[in-house]
Amino acid sequence: MRFTGTKTRSSATAPVRRQLTRQMPVRRRTMTRMIAAAALLATTALGGLTAGAARAEDEIRIGVIYPLTGAAASTGVELKAAAELAAAIVNKEIPAPAGLVAGVGMPHLKGAKIKLIFGDHQGNPQVGSTEAERLITSEKVSALAGAYFSNVTATASQVAERYGVPFLNGESSSATLTQRKFKWFFRTTPHDDLFVTNFFTFLEDMEKKTGDNLRGIGLFNENTLWGNETTKLQTKLAEERKFTIAEKIVYPAKTTQMTSEVQRLKAANPAVIMQSSYLGDAILSMKTYKELGFLPKMLLANDAGFNDSEFLKTMGKDGEDIISREVWALDQADRNPLIRQVNDLMRERSGVNFNGNSARAFTAIAVLADAIDRAGSTQPDAIRKALQETDIPAAGLIMPWKGVKFDANGQNELGQGIIVQVQNGQYVTVWPFDVATKPVVYPMPAWDGR
Amino acid sequence: MTADILIQVLVSGLLIGLIYALVAVGLTLIFGVMDIVNFAHGEFLMLGMYASFWAFALFAIDPIIALPMTALLLFAVGVIVYQTVIRRILKAPMLSQIFATFGLMILLRGLAQFFWKPDHRLISNSLISGNIALGPVQFGLPQFVAALGAVGVTGALWLFLHRTRLGTALEATAIDREAATLMGIDGQKMFALAWGIGAACAGLAGGLIATFFPIFPEVGSNFILIAFVVVVLGGFGSITGAFLAGIIVGLIEVLGGFLIGPEYKTAIVLSLLLIVLLVRPRGLLGKA
Repeated sequence: MRFTGTKTRSSATAPVRRQLTRQMPVRRRTMTRMIAAAALLATTALGGLTAGAARAEDEIRIGVIYPLTGAAASTGVELKAAAELAAAIVNKEIPAPAGLVAGVGMPHLKGAKIKLIFGDHQGNPQVGSTEAERLITSEKVSALAGAYFSNVTATASQVAERYGVPFLNGESSSATLTQRKFKWFFRTTPHDDLFVTNFFTFLEDMEKKTGDNLRGIGLFNENTLWGNETTKLQTKLAEERKFTIAEKIVYPAKTTQMTSEVQRLKAANPAVIMQSSYLGDAILSMKTYKELGFLPKMLLANDAGFNDSEFLKTMGKDGEDIISREVWALDQADRNPLIRQVNDLMRERSGVNFNGNSARAFTAIAVLADAIDRAGSTQPDAIRKALQETDIPAAGLIMPWKGVKFDANGQNELGQGIIVQVQNGQYVTVWPFDVATKPVVYPMPAWDGR
Repeated sequence: MTADILIQVLVSGLLIGLIYALVAVGLTLIFGVMDIVNFAHGEFLMLGMYASFWAFALFAIDPIIALPMTALLLFAVGVIVYQTVIRRILKAPMLSQIFATFGLMILLRGLAQFFWKPDHRLISNSLISGNIALGPVQFGLPQFVAALGAVGVTGALWLFLHRTRLGTALEATAIDREAATLMGIDGQKMFALAWGIGAACAGLAGGLIATFFPIFPEVGSNFILIAFVVVVLGGFGSITGAFLAGIIVGLIEVLGGFLIGPEYKTAIVLSLLLIVLLVRPRGLLGKA
């Protein structure tokens, strides 16, 4: 060390100081915040655990962590608007559509109001955990919600677990989050594995409906982590459910031609293709299908490139009848008047329609408010117990789910994804059949008959 | 596996191989004339694709009709790049030369992303679209036209180098720079010409594949690796070698991908590179 001053300090703080001087101002602020939070914790001695009792009965404080600045800021702002809409409905600031779960307000808490206190994680897992700590210790929130990014949800919920504060996640889909055996973690959205599972259930449903044999499937996935994990899961599920994998291709994501891939698929001639591709490969593969005249009965796409707004724009007619997975679709509003009414409220307040992310953020706050009301208290233990007893029917939600009910790991076991199909340039819901707005176009029409 | 499928695979390999050849021809020409490896060659291809895209999107000019314009534009780009960057590093150490063209690659990609967004674009409804079926074999008309164009351009380049005064001067510079200068050939002019023609070849390849390949700022990186393999296999600096090697690489990639498994197709092509470097480092038709 060149500076003599540091020698007098304890050696333990030296690495921290060195780090502080090297990092950007934003990070430094976060560090300061963390130190402040730690100091506050020390002086108030377990302040977080008694959070509920410290505040007036009529204000229930909920901490909500989203990426409000940084690369995902535009999504974060939408999520925030959706959460605020849910709070406004719970607080009866705006009239609620009949039947909505959030619409009942807080009868068990003498009509108390909920107050959302937002934290900004900037897309950074470390910032996410400091924000969770700040919300728990200095803002004294009764529960936490957030955080959209799976990796931030992982760190922020760890802090909640440590302090014993319920954490309700509405939008992160990494399957591992509910495999951690956490006591205080709950998740309303279905996770990634479920989406893949849905495809197999969908195929079984289609077999019943059409009488065709759809047991021969071709797996066609790109070769990064996502494609490889998907291939593993699909292989396992195919075996469990007695499907035959006619061809399994893991292709290099950056490629100049896909003729060898498509030629192999064509030779194996599976009834159904399950494909995971990013945008460039999605376009190139579709071009090659058409060039070589390969046409499966159905093409099941794993979101990503096929759901990119550019995909339909560039593919035009050749993008028609692709089937993909989704968490939510606007055409659900045609089916369920409740979704239409809540979507209208959203558009009035923030000028945008709901999408899969904001609809799930809205639902998370509604579910949390419902639990706090039934708990009749702002004590974390009581809220946790109420969350475990949650049983909301599909009719009270704006999601295409069967309801909300948490299993032992905190995962909502009634959640489900939907399957959409491109029809006349729009993604319309075709499965599950009870929430579908249009029938499935089956089989895929020939390339030159379009 | 039937004979039909095999023929189909061979045809597909041949079509893409000819495109590889055209991309590699420009690269090998620049290397042959001045011993500089152009890492930004894929970006010339990208610029060619965008030139076709904008001609189509803004002025409704079909990529095929816009080809001469694309070639001229990229010729100009090549000459400008030579005059502003390459001329200054001719006598620099090889590492500096590599970094200069590598930096150019990053610059061009960055500029494309800045001005044209990282979106994937596609030219739909081009004049040439649809399929050709010859018995059991079928292939896309755009791919076929692109392959024909590649043959045409490479053939024209060969004629230019061997049948015209200017081309012979270029060839002479490639063989012996000093002797050529003593014979009164202006080396600087030849170098600029080589960059212009090299870039124009990449641009033409871009214009030809723009009818069926998605267009995005990073598209060059998909092709450049294969172009290097083709150049090495054909022999550094050999136009005819690059042409033959392009076809061989295309056939091996598609056939190998089909027979062994598409996940190995890049590995197969790069193993070929290793084998060539070990067994015949000068390539098929390279200078000894």
